Amino acid sequence: MKGMTIIVKKTTQLIAGLVFLYGIYIIIHGHLTPGGGFAGGVILAGSFILQILAFGSEFTHLLKEETGSTFYENMAILVVLFLAVSGLLFGLKVFFLNWVPQGTPGEIISAGMLPLYNIFVGIEVAASILTIFLALVIFKEEISK
Amino acid sequence: MEVAISVIVGFMIIGALYAIHAKDILSAVIAGGIVGYSLVICFLMLKAPDLAIVQIVVETITLIIMVAVVLDSSREEAFSRPDRRGYISAAMTIVVVVTLLYFFRMSIDTLDSFGTGTLRMAGPYIEGAVEKTGSVNLVTGVVFDFRGYDTLGEATVLVTAVLGVLTILRIKGKK
Repeated sequence: MKGMTIIVKKTTQLIAGLVFLYGIYIIIHGHLTPGGGFAGGVILAGSFILQILAFGSEFTHLLKEETGSTFYENMAILVVLFLAVSGLLFGLKVFFLNWVPQGTPGEIISAGMLPLYNIFVGIEVAASILTIFLALVIFKEEISK
Repeated sequence: MEVAISVIVGFMIIGALYAIHAKDILSAVIAGGIVGYSLVICFLMLKAPDLAIVQIVVETITLIIMVAVVLDSSREEAFSRPDRRGYISAAMTIVVVVTLLYFFRMSIDTLDSFGTGTLRMAGPYIEGAVEKTGSVNLVTGVVFDFRGYDTLGEATVLVTAVLGVLTILRIKGKK
């Protein structure tokens, strides 16, 4: 997969980090401002896809990256499941129980388990979208070979 | 109501069994459609019209795509004049369609009018959300606390979609 022109590459260098940080912001502040794990995860995946499209990448490198993103995706959904099951162990013993102390509403560390769910769902969504993109790119490379 | 749901579930079981044992792929696809459309009426009877609408859309699109694929790929059968078995099948079809329409009409009558009754869960969600979940953003509170099961299902659907894409788009096996 070939890269694009120098203009696109330079612009991508400037804004890809900002997009990444914005995705992290959306995920971390999911319980305070509009957004959350699903929206922020898509933004995170967008920053990766932007870099791959702009700079191009070697085939083997893409394969390695796909292995990594598949791993993160599966691990994140497992962690979400474990967090949900952890409600069965503490307090009222209910599935999906919010058993962590809730703190003051409006602060960044508050709302108990909700930021954790947001973070891991965000990782899962980002890795899923990136995996689908990489699978399509790899499929095209394999076809053209 | 329980009798009606039992009859419809019986239809679903017969349809699913026929779909497994059918010799023809087209018959199997259409017998699978019986299960989906009976599920629509079950949802209506259990007072979940939103799920019923989603189920109608998904079932119709899936059925049309599957029938198109089957007709395009493998179906080769000359047109023949209907014999005695054909008339029995047509009569059975009409009986089943009339029964389903009757149940559909019955379940529509039991629904509440729009905006009342079924939406009574929304009130407690909106009023006590900040105290109960500690989350200022009400949407996150509903998505990850009150409706955690739904969110877990959505995330699992995403993982399953990725697995499907990886399975279909893999030319060489992964060593």
